[in-house]
Amino acid sequence: MNIVVCVKYVPDATADRQFESDNTVDRVGVDGLLSELDEYAVEQALQLREKREGEDIEITALCVGPEKAVDAIRKALQMGADKGVHVVDDAIAGSDSVATSLVLAKAREKIGAEKKVDLVMTGMASTDASMSVIPAMLAERLELPQVTFASVVESQGEVFRVRRDGDTATEIVEGRLPMVLSVTDQTGEARYPSFKGIMAAKKKPLETWALSDIGVEADQVGLSASWTAVEGTEARPPRTQGEIVTDEDGSGATALVDFLASKKFI
Amino acid sequence: MSGLLSADLPEEYLELARTVRAFATEVVAPVAHHHDQTHTFPYDVVAQMGEMGLFGLPFPEEYGGMGGDYLALCVALEELGRVDQSVAITLEAGVSLGAMPVYRFGTEEQKQRWLPDLTAGRALGAFGLTEPGAGTDAGGTRTTAVRDGDEWVINGSKQFITNSGTDITRLITVTAVTSELDGKRRISSILVPADTPGVLVEPAYDKVGWNASDTHPLTFTDVRVPVENLLGEEGRGYANFLRILDEGRIAIAALAVGAAQGCVDESVRYAGEREAFGRPIGANQAVAFRIARMEARAHTARLAYLDAARLLLAGKPFKKQAAIAKLVASEAAMDNARDATQVFGGYGFMNEFTVARHYRDSKILEVGEGTTEVQLMLLARELGLPG
Repeated sequence: MNIVVCVKYVPDATADRQFESDNTVDRVGVDGLLSELDEYAVEQALQLREKREGEDIEITALCVGPEKAVDAIRKALQMGADKGVHVVDDAIAGSDSVATSLVLAKAREKIGAEKKVDLVMTGMASTDASMSVIPAMLAERLELPQVTFASVVESQGEVFRVRRDGDTATEIVEGRLPMVLSVTDQTGEARYPSFKGIMAAKKKPLETWALSDIGVEADQVGLSASWTAVEGTEARPPRTQGEIVTDEDGSGATALVDFLASKKFI
Repeated sequence: MSGLLSADLPEEYLELARTVRAFATEVVAPVAHHHDQTHTFPYDVVAQMGEMGLFGLPFPEEYGGMGGDYLALCVALEELGRVDQSVAITLEAGVSLGAMPVYRFGTEEQKQRWLPDLTAGRALGAFGLTEPGAGTDAGGTRTTAVRDGDEWVINGSKQFITNSGTDITRLITVTAVTSELDGKRRISSILVPADTPGVLVEPAYDKVGWNASDTHPLTFTDVRVPVENLLGEEGRGYANFLRILDEGRIAIAALAVGAAQGCVDESVRYAGEREAFGRPIGANQAVAFRIARMEARAHTARLAYLDAARLLLAGKPFKKQAAIAKLVASEAAMDNARDATQVFGGYGFMNEFTVARHYRDSKILEVGEGTTEVQLMLLARELGLPG
């Protein structure tokens, strides 16, 4: 089985995030890492291989991002992925999810041209933009079925059976390869790389592709080709002290009701 | 980037440091206070360390190891020691006292039997050297092992033995007097499976610190093991464990540097947040200079252990450098812990704060694996001073 796991390089959520003058996220000036939500996808791919011992399962980590994004691929390789593909091109900067999904789909086609890809895996969302739309867009572009937000993944042969936990119901969904599968943070904690994994990762194949390698024109991606644009960003204002109602003369309840009504809560 | 991450090390060691730091922050730190308070052994944490391969760091893959080296172990110990010394000493003792003697001096059969479980962290080994009347002065060893047919019969007692009473302790390597030649007592090392009849693990000590580390006195009463459990040559037990202790000093130094660095990092954060008289306390030179000096201690102590570790890896003599590293690193940890608790003021006296735990934990660093005085004695000897 040939699995491609899409991994995103995101700014470290514990550090200060900055924006460029064009309102895109500064991905160069801040520390970045493999999106924690994508670590779950890598982990599930590795567990799949461990559960299906004896089968020939190859795992490729695919990343679209600036030079430094190679760190995200390296982490996946240290965890146990077999090879990495990094699509890096100045023209990609500023791409929204529509444009990014095009690059991912084309890269996945190039990987598939060498060896048929059975499964494309992703996390449930990115930790920076939190759009959650890439799996669906990828499925559409690749003309594959999509099974998303899996919290439990089981498989037998070509059939994958997953559990989707919603707010009001839990669904069991089955899909057949080839398909796109996104997994949630409920699938199980991702492993930490071992020293053996760290050493082995240095020798694993890692290819770097430009847009021209995957047949995408510069004007199909980037800020200008994006369907969405960020108009502005603002830091969340610090929490202000709430309104305090003091019940001195028995009018407290009325004051509370008036407050709730003014906010249209009642 | 603070501490070890800014050291001049090959990239794979820095990657290991980053990985262990993430593990220490995300997994170890949240439960450190709980285990310290309840004096409980962190089985879950140790199991995860096993899965990460930390117990196998300096061993080759054929014995289940990670194919790394002693420097890799030191890197992991510093990053763990920064957050929780109990967890770090569990790893240090498990590797350098539990598994390393088997790897260094064991027969192929002994290695195959013990190492795969020890290097995977599924089992822990302990090293029974210290006795009520014998520590560094091994001549005082009273424990005996008498040959009876195909067996050794061991009698005696040991004390302060790390990792000797956990649910996953499988092996205790014991030093014992096996014979006397020309009136000289010959000490040998013998592998004793922990479940051998006659091995009594006595209740854990009530310690000042390292509360989540497992430490017990042990008593051996007519403990019988096969003669082939002899580890290394008969009568070479003393020479062998000197080598083990020399290496162990580098590892303890790394752990101590972690503690010293943890005190720096906690103090930098707190001095930037805590305000008094309208400004962060770190804006006062009395506080800032104290923290700057702490950083200098941690940094120089790190250089000392890295130097000793590099000599060890290069196969060069490292006894003196290991003694210096152990000496300055343990003092750096104790000094930094004292300074950090001062920076924290009243909170530094509250057990739930990491610096308070470092204050209690660091004292033993100046005592275990050879006291400060023993390191000074070794140094004086290396310098050729009379005595």
